[in-house]
Amino acid sequence: MALNSDQLNTPSLNADGIQIDPIEDSKMVINMGPHHPSTHGVLRIVLELDGEVIIKATPHMGFVHTGIEKEGEYQTYLKAVTLTDRMDYVSASLNNMAYTLAVEKLLGVEPPPRGQYLRVIMCELQRIASHMVWLGTHALDIGAMTMFFFTFRDREKLLDLTEMMSGVRMMPSWIVPGGLRGDAPEGYVERVKKVIDELPRRFDEYEILIDQNPIWRERTQGIGVIAPEECYSLGVSGPTLRGSGVPHDLRKAAPYSSYDHFKFEIPVGEYGDVYDRYRIRMAEMRQSREIVKQALENLPDGPVNVDDRKIVPPPREELDHSMEAVIHHFKIWTEGMHPPVGEAYAPIEGPKGELGFYLVSNGSSYPWRMHERPPSFMNLQALSKMCEGRLIADVVAIIGSIDIILGEIDR
Amino acid sequence: MIIPQHVGPIDMVAVIPYIAIICVLAFVLLLVPGLVWIERVVVALIQDRLGPNRVGPRGLLQSIADGVKLFFKEDILPANVDKMVYYLAPVLVIVPALAAGAAIPFSIVKIRLDSGVVEPIPMVVGNVNIGILFILALTSLQVYGIVLAGWASNNKYSLIGGLRSSAQVISYELAMSLAILCGVFICHSLNLVDIVNHQGGYWFGIIPKWNVFQFYGLGAVATIIYLIAMTAETNRAPFDLPEAESELVAGFHTEYSSMKFAIFFMGEYASMLVVSGIATALWFGGWQPLFPFLAFIPGWIWFIGKLMTFIMIYIWVRATLPRLRYDALMSLGWKKLLPMALVVLFLVALVDTLQTPSQPVGSHVAQGHLAASMVIGESQR
Repeated sequence: MALNSDQLNTPSLNADGIQIDPIEDSKMVINMGPHHPSTHGVLRIVLELDGEVIIKATPHMGFVHTGIEKEGEYQTYLKAVTLTDRMDYVSASLNNMAYTLAVEKLLGVEPPPRGQYLRVIMCELQRIASHMVWLGTHALDIGAMTMFFFTFRDREKLLDLTEMMSGVRMMPSWIVPGGLRGDAPEGYVERVKKVIDELPRRFDEYEILIDQNPIWRERTQGIGVIAPEECYSLGVSGPTLRGSGVPHDLRKAAPYSSYDHFKFEIPVGEYGDVYDRYRIRMAEMRQSREIVKQALENLPDGPVNVDDRKIVPPPREELDHSMEAVIHHFKIWTEGMHPPVGEAYAPIEGPKGELGFYLVSNGSSYPWRMHERPPSFMNLQALSKMCEGRLIADVVAIIGSIDIILGEIDR
Repeated sequence: MIIPQHVGPIDMVAVIPYIAIICVLAFVLLLVPGLVWIERVVVALIQDRLGPNRVGPRGLLQSIADGVKLFFKEDILPANVDKMVYYLAPVLVIVPALAAGAAIPFSIVKIRLDSGVVEPIPMVVGNVNIGILFILALTSLQVYGIVLAGWASNNKYSLIGGLRSSAQVISYELAMSLAILCGVFICHSLNLVDIVNHQGGYWFGIIPKWNVFQFYGLGAVATIIYLIAMTAETNRAPFDLPEAESELVAGFHTEYSSMKFAIFFMGEYASMLVVSGIATALWFGGWQPLFPFLAFIPGWIWFIGKLMTFIMIYIWVRATLPRLRYDALMSLGWKKLLPMALVVLFLVALVDTLQTPSQPVGSHVAQGHLAASMVIGESQR
């Protein structure tokens, strides 16, 4: 039976009893995702289209929900570090960092300078690697295929550095409460120096390829504009916020892990469009390289971990001749550490924005509540605002420009 | 090399079209896997990676292996498709591409007739007197295959891809036809063999009289317009909007699998060969050698060499440029290329009139605009 026009225009209820708007004849609804090459994972966006113009874009998330936050309540503080790797998997060290800072805030400790500097080196190298993934995939979405291979080629060298430090390329879990799992191996500093000396040439190469390209500019300039006020109300942070001209960077605004020792600039945009966000991340890669360079030059000697056997397990050598060390080792790996009752929120500047962990301790060796403030989740809320009235091709450019990682959004 | 007319009982003049048919078919169908390999290797070179290197020496057999794989894949027919149209679409893509190859002359052979006269016979399947028009008609048929594939697939992404393609091909066909008209004006012929013959000879014994160098730079402008439009016509990067992978998954051929997908794939490469063939014949002197002292190289090598240069440009552009957005594509086609092509056509007609004193001034200009309005009227219909 054919539906008459009245039936089409009255609101109807779907199977769950939720009211759905009638679809007008001129509109087309398409599902972008969850299986779509440029939604960067399993994001589903319901697009209402008039021709190719978007009337409404509604992101649906939760397809890779892993329950990491809940799982974190069943792991001791030390073991939960490995879970945080799996959230934003392209910048795992920064997740470790935010979580570790929250635990350290609960414990009221701070690692010695060498540990802090090595953390900064690891984090900034990961930030560059994360931005490289962003640049490659963003450019691939817009059609510049070669960029993807260039950035992934160079990211490999940064992952090699992570591997040299921790033995793992992507999920290092090297930054732990109390310091690091271990000191940098021999030759690490020299190798990092060699890699970062090469980087500016690579960055130039990327910029030559797309920076002045008229097609690239036409695809990115004036697209996905968002005003600072809208950013505030949506909780947008990171390069997306800075693209709108707000010089807010937690490394400067609330320095942690001795970021106040380093000289670097906060690049800000002017118009808040896709191109500005692109320029900011390109500039940030150079700034991160500067930070790594300074950290390597001034890398202090000394221990990397706090001198507290209730937080950091004893070194392997001590286990051979000290009964006390064996007991500490046993206790920390079976029972874990006991932070005092309280709560702590530690935000850091992640590659995507403000990355914060909120922990509540009830005095036991398990957190009573673990919660992450995922920057991608907050930034994704700006998507529908940015997409209104644009074309389908702009949606992929905008998704790319806010740099989402679904592992972090769904957790 | 001069071939006698009768080799044993075989009449060479009569046989040449058949040889040409075999050559064109073999060239297109055999070169497509080769082209895919070349494209993958060259793109890999540009992108600083290895590319195919597993199957056969230097990965040469990779395309063959892919073809065999596609051949044995399940031929999926999605639910609720318009079966007739769904099956017809791939045919409509590949047949015009192969048929258009028939009118492109790719070499010339000299035959000593029994009367003793040496006559150059072009290697072409059908020496059509309106060859260019014939090719244009066939290549515009290809868009039906894409539109119908998008329509019949019962998939919204495919539909958008099909719609994009129809808009794109119609827009760029205008500029392309006008650019081709410039070439026709320069040579005073629609026959591709005549056009290539007209481009023989050299200025100062060194600069070839190819159409691209003709008419005080106007030929070059028309050539550039043609080259841009031909990229758009074949839906190649940066104009690959109908199958924009990052936006429309795979565009019009999302729902096609197995050999039907392979046929779309081959159709794309075959039409690349055809439009590059036209570019070679129309602007770059077909089988005519670049310099007089290189005349010892056979014509077909010149033709293939020039054609492969265009293929290389295709690949280079694909590896370098991002994809245009739909509205920018339209504004490039209608607001830049089309007015430019009209102006160039007018100037070419003017220069042509001044160079041919026997004709009353203005008749060529009028003819040019008649032709232009015919082309536009045709496309708007």
